[in-house]
Amino acid sequence: MNCICGHAQESYAKYFDPLYSILSNYSKDESSLIPVLQDAQDHYGYLPLDVLKEIAGYLGLSLGKVYGVVTFYSQFHLQPRGRNVIRVCTGTACHVRGGAEVLKAIENELGIKSGGTTDDLEFTLETVACIGACGLAPVIMVNDDTHGRLAPETVAMVLNAYRTKGEEVSRATSHVSH
Amino acid sequence: MKSLVELRQLRSEIDNKQAAAQLNLKAKIIVGMGTCGIAAGAREIFEAIEEELQKGNSDAVLTRTGCIGMCEQEPLVDVQLPGGDRVTYGKVTKDDAIRIIREHVLGGAVVEDKAVARCITGKQQTGHELDQQARIPTYDDLDFYRKQYRIVLANCGRINPESIDQYIAVGGYEACAKALTMMSPEAVIAEVKGAGLRGRGGAGFPTGLKWELTRKTPSGKKYLICNADEGDPGAFMDRSLLEGDPHRIIEGMIIAAYAIGASEGYIYVRAEYPLAIRRLQIAIEQAKAYGFLGKDLFGSGFDFDLKIKKGAGAFVCGEETALMASIEGKRGMPRPKPPFPSVSGLWGRPTNINNVETFGSVPWIVKHGAEAYKAVGTEKSTGTKVFALTGKVKNTGLVEVPMGMTIREIIYDIGGGLDEGKELKAVQIGGPSGGCIPRDLLDLPIDYESLRDAGAMMGSGGMVVMDNSTCMVDVARFFLKFTQSESCGKCTPCREGTKRMLEILDRICSGEGREGDIELLEELGNHICHTSLCQLGGSAPNPVLSTIKYFRHEYEAHIKDKRCLANVCAGMGGAYVIDQQTCIGCGLCARVCPTGAVSGERKQPHVISEQLCLSCGACAQKCPVSAIVQA
Ligand SMILES: Cc1cc2nc3c(=O)[nH]c(=O)nc-3n(C[C@H](O)[C@H](O)[C@H](O)COP(=O)(O)O)c2cc1C
Ligand code: FES
Repeated sequence: MNCICGHAQESYAKYFDPLYSILSNYSKDESSLIPVLQDAQDHYGYLPLDVLKEIAGYLGLSLGKVYGVVTFYSQFHLQPRGRNVIRVCTGTACHVRGGAEVLKAIENELGIKSGGTTDDLEFTLETVACIGACGLAPVIMVNDDTHGRLAPETVAMVLNAYRTKGEEVSRATSHVSH
Repeated sequence: MKSLVELRQLRSEIDNKQAAAQLNLKAKIIVGMGTCGIAAGAREIFEAIEEELQKGNSDAVLTRTGCIGMCEQEPLVDVQLPGGDRVTYGKVTKDDAIRIIREHVLGGAVVEDKAVARCITGKQQTGHELDQQARIPTYDDLDFYRKQYRIVLANCGRINPESIDQYIAVGGYEACAKALTMMSPEAVIAEVKGAGLRGRGGAGFPTGLKWELTRKTPSGKKYLICNADEGDPGAFMDRSLLEGDPHRIIEGMIIAAYAIGASEGYIYVRAEYPLAIRRLQIAIEQAKAYGFLGKDLFGSGFDFDLKIKKGAGAFVCGEETALMASIEGKRGMPRPKPPFPSVSGLWGRPTNINNVETFGSVPWIVKHGAEAYKAVGTEKSTGTKVFALTGKVKNTGLVEVPMGMTIREIIYDIGGGLDEGKELKAVQIGGPSGGCIPRDLLDLPIDYESLRDAGAMMGSGGMVVMDNSTCMVDVARFFLKFTQSESCGKCTPCREGTKRMLEILDRICSGEGREGDIELLEELGNHICHTSLCQLGGSAPNPVLSTIKYFRHEYEAHIKDKRCLANVCAGMGGAYVIDQQTCIGCGLCARVCPTGAVSGERKQPHVISEQLCLSCGACAQKCPVSAIVQA
């Protein structure tokens, strides 16, 4: 966190303030680790090393322990991620109803593979084992929104709604939002 | 809240309020807003209805409900006119919604072509409406519902899950009032034991016995956990239940906590279920406000508090010891048992952990008694089970049936069978720990023992219907790939063994299977089953072993004939074809073909006989102009 602009101190505080306010909601012990990591990732988009160090210090855990937990759970990420996270279901019901073609269509549309992030940081693409909307297979989730009964042809329309300045458009497609 | 009497008073107040609303002659519109409904477009429809009601200056009441289980018909909209039946509309589009508001809500005439079913609630109907309604089937007329027996799902799709009053109005929290004010903890345990309830999380351990073990372990502090990690791909019953009737789970947990003497409870929900988490949060707040959670519940001196823990994306955390490690903030790895959680669980304290559906069954048992529950289902598997019916079946959805019903009844009588012209090949039951049941065994009754003996497992209750376009080797590989990647890596048989099995399946599916591979899979599978630390590894080979057991010929076709009978496995796939435009008629292909499948005049485009082609690809390799491709 060193920079040469001379405002290092100030920007340092600015960067970590949100983290400190997250930490203040939790007790200083191991049982808070996972919820703290979840909240921190919600805020920063991923879990930068400096953030992990602060969390370890605050909870009185070794950095190794924190790192071990972060890498164990598939929800946590050490690299920056796209503004929108697409999770394509590859569960049984979706598998049987053509989930693989939907995944392929999205990969083509975005020019990335599963696990990748687009260069403009607009989208990250992942697969997930089951979203729990199997009755509407094939299904994808974009952020917290679930989209069902997809076909390779309808994928682009769904994604377009999420591109930057797509906020309003996204309201118009069906989804669960929070 | 101090007593059952007080609760009943509250209930009648709510009843009166609702009756008054009825007298006010307000129409009610209810939109199904579970994750599946919303994914199918329910939110858009909700907004369209809101707008249309405003335009029509209507004072109709617009609310939401959870999933009623008819996924195939989503989005669903219910309309109930004052005194009329509650009519359910299916596959509603925005335009349909507007029509329904104009014609039914404002005009009083049911939109018959969109109506799916009705629920008889009406009392005073006018002549025309009566005629019209008679033409719409009641829920009990529908095949999808007639054979179901809804105990756990009774309220799903019926009440607003965000309203505790609606839950109370249908008798909610009375079982917990009864248990806490009129029964000793031992009596509650005896009732659950007597009912024969077995855990719905997969293994089918007797619930009453588990409670008793936890109760008997002396300790100043005990914990209760609800396992809502539901990681099995193809299963969504727990999600629907939490989204559609969260108070039922909370009530079941209060009763359990009282029985075992736990003062603190956790609901561990997977993070992929944001709506379930939100509805639970709302429900917990409401239950606290009404005095169902907190201190001195029903004046019994018993305290109980409930918290939600969000999972972080690890399938193995559904395993109870891994789940507890995860709540403690550690890596979610299972540990050997014993000691069992009932002796040493969360933070070393006695802990009782049950599945969502298990807790969901408890209020009914306490309210109606063990005998009534035992009367449903079979001798050893009592009560009902919820299944998530998916795949190549007409009516996908959530179904709750008495234990002991046959698979055939579920798929054909309730699920409506397969689409036109499709033939059932197998049913996958129990997700990655379960197995594939072939067509010959469709008359197998569903209970814990029969399924286990057939090589499958109740698991969480996913039921995926597969037709002839599904390759059974590919399905086995699919599940093993899942368990292999979810293996936590702690024990060798699971970490290494599943990987070796997957390698073998990979090569079989790409046409490079070897003589002896099937036997090797069986040997490896049996070893992994018997030596793994937890049931993730212990059941991981099931999909492979069961498909070998029932579909050995498909494995053999892959290995010996290099053929995938379902044309799924790439590299083997279907026959090769020659592009007539590109072919120069050189005849090289005809010369290398081992079965003489290629024919044609010299200098004329050749053709390959689909019957004779082995898909070996020799011709395509020889073709100088790349005119041969696989279909
Ligand atoms: C790999 C693995 C995953 C599991 N996943 C779940 C799950 O998602 N939900 C669940 O209730 N039980 C799951 N179980 C079973 C639990 O360990 C435990 O037996 C269950 O929660 C006990 O509840 P019950 O007695 O009500 O069935 C899983 C077990 C294993 C080995
Ligand atoms: S299998 Fe895709 S949502 Fe369940």
